[in-house]
Amino acid sequence: MDLVEYQGKQLFRRNGVPVPAEGRVCRTIDEVETAARELGGTVVVKAQVKTGGRGKAGGVKLANDADEARSVSEDILGLDIKGHTVNVVYVEPASDIAEEYYLSVMHDRVNKGYLVICSAKGGVDIEEVNRTDPDAVVKVSLTPNDTTDGLQRDRALDILTQAAIPEDGREAAADLLVTLFDAFRAEDATLCEVNPLIKTPDGRVIALDAKVSLDNNAAFRHGDYDEWKVAGLEADDPLEAEAKEKDIQYVKLDGQVGVLGNGAGLVMATLDVVAQHGGQAANFLDVGGGASADAMAASLGLVLKDPSVKSVFVNIFGGITRGEEVANGIVEATRRLGDFPQKLVIRLDGTNAEQGRRILEEADLPNVISAPTMDEAAELAVALAKEAS
Amino acid sequence: MSIYIGSDTKVVVQGIGSQGTFHAKRNLDYGTQIVAGTHPKKGGTTWEELGKPVYATVQEAVEAEDANTSMVMVPAPFTKDAVLEAHEAGIDTIVVITEGVPVHDMTEVYDVVVRRGGRRLIGPNCPGLISPGKSNVGIIPADITMPGKVGLVSRSGTLTYQIMHELAQAGIGISTCVGIGGDPVIGTQFIEVIEAFAEDPETEAIAFVGEIGGSEEQRAGEWIAANIPDTPVVGYIAGYEAPPGKQMGHAGAIVKEGGPGGESAAEKKQILESLGIAVAMNPSEAASLMIQRLG
Repeated sequence: MDLVEYQGKQLFRRNGVPVPAEGRVCRTIDEVETAARELGGTVVVKAQVKTGGRGKAGGVKLANDADEARSVSEDILGLDIKGHTVNVVYVEPASDIAEEYYLSVMHDRVNKGYLVICSAKGGVDIEEVNRTDPDAVVKVSLTPNDTTDGLQRDRALDILTQAAIPEDGREAAADLLVTLFDAFRAEDATLCEVNPLIKTPDGRVIALDAKVSLDNNAAFRHGDYDEWKVAGLEADDPLEAEAKEKDIQYVKLDGQVGVLGNGAGLVMATLDVVAQHGGQAANFLDVGGGASADAMAASLGLVLKDPSVKSVFVNIFGGITRGEEVANGIVEATRRLGDFPQKLVIRLDGTNAEQGRRILEEADLPNVISAPTMDEAAELAVALAKEAS
Repeated sequence: MSIYIGSDTKVVVQGIGSQGTFHAKRNLDYGTQIVAGTHPKKGGTTWEELGKPVYATVQEAVEAEDANTSMVMVPAPFTKDAVLEAHEAGIDTIVVITEGVPVHDMTEVYDVVVRRGGRRLIGPNCPGLISPGKSNVGIIPADITMPGKVGLVSRSGTLTYQIMHELAQAGIGISTCVGIGGDPVIGTQFIEVIEAFAEDPETEAIAFVGEIGGSEEQRAGEWIAANIPDTPVVGYIAGYEAPPGKQMGHAGAIVKEGGPGGESAAEKKQILESLGIAVAMNPSEAASLMIQRLG
């Protein structure tokens, strides 16, 4: 789960990572004006979207007074940044900036540990710096064994020295890195990124931005994970929003063939095969391992709700998932959904597949066609989608 | 031969709920030596569906039954402790089927169990591994494959079944199939499995199934090109149609926007092909490429 900036700063604040004085979360121009007036002085109005490059896209602007805040927020609210619509802005007292750095902590999937990335060249596109001046970006891999009691301050200082963070800010930055690392672990984050990390003219080091991703798998030990899911932050696709509510792994795509399968890899492969047969998938939907009849019915209902879906390809290879459960789910779903115009092409193999095929055959559903292989099923689903469009 | 498991593998199952029991029973019926289950409150009882003993701890299963491999099917919140318990009991190979294990837990477990403990850890969030005719540890449906000479390694569960099935339809069997899982932090990576296949006299060809995200496939490709250029190797990378920035199910399956290059399926294919490895566009093509390569 990705947090937006103001949430990331909230999370930093409660973990002792220094951030600017608290601002206001606003959804309308009037709210922005009021916030700017109450905060006083120069403020910064920042688009709250879950993507980078906000500044370049015009999503971050300074305002000297409430009127100016009103006018810049007119430009920002509703702005589309890389497909993310700005519904919420964060109005924050502007900070004095002497220098800008980059700092992040994340998982290191190659070395199975943690990665601390730091650069004295912050505030700009760090990927670009990484390409043009790789030596300016210091990457340090750590293991849990290195950090049993957290990141040692000496180690933090050493990383900042390697990254050529100027000496007068280094001590404060080291303190910040130590607390940032603690926050990363305590909150089950997968990423804590600060860009820019700033030094103020009076020598303080502050996280001017916060990009935090949390591990959904750790929700069981964080009672507040649900509170981060603020409705309406961004205009989610309505079907994706519904899927999230129902805990269904669903991604909306642009095609006409609804795709539903078990296992992320198989579903990705199904999208590939549909495309190679001249169609395009309308969605990615993984019903997961051990999909019950209920889960199948809910998933199928979701796929069929998409008006661009002209046919559906259900691709199941049972492992932990059992064929009879899938078949019962399909029967149950079609019963619950009543009349729908799309044809379902079902391909069923693996655990208890024969039982499943028999259940489907006996149910004799008018919209359901079985296909023997993944390729043939894809071909058929694509043909049916074309016929129906 | 086979890698990691074989006829002498003795499996203890941690997590004997309905899923654990269903699959353990199936593995036992296949001929796998499932020797016991564990449950903290059911020590001293019998696992009725399997007719095997249940112990309170893995340690007891090791001492009484000589278990050397563990199949972990406990719920995600308890997985870290289960794996650490297996490690402390001296289990050599720990196979974690459970999905949804927090990545911080896996990072810590990896450090203790693999990096410092020297154990073989497979998964989490994986289908396990099978050496057809010998042993099946996990949830792979055994009846879709047969013994043979292709070593198969994959990040995806059901996609693995698809490839095994396609190969079997063409008469090609498997030496060992290892599902390594699609999470960002996993116990055993492609390259290690491929190295083990390279040393296994019964594995003559290798198929590997990757997906978008990360750089494991590229690193495996480099290792193959440098070390076993004459071994027939076929790859398939799932997710040609996956849009950047969207997570496609697996926690690791995401093409990073502006991330390090080479995370998309097309980029991975290109890199692997430049290293001389045949890469398919879909599962059935993977099977036909393998048939061609085997001659």
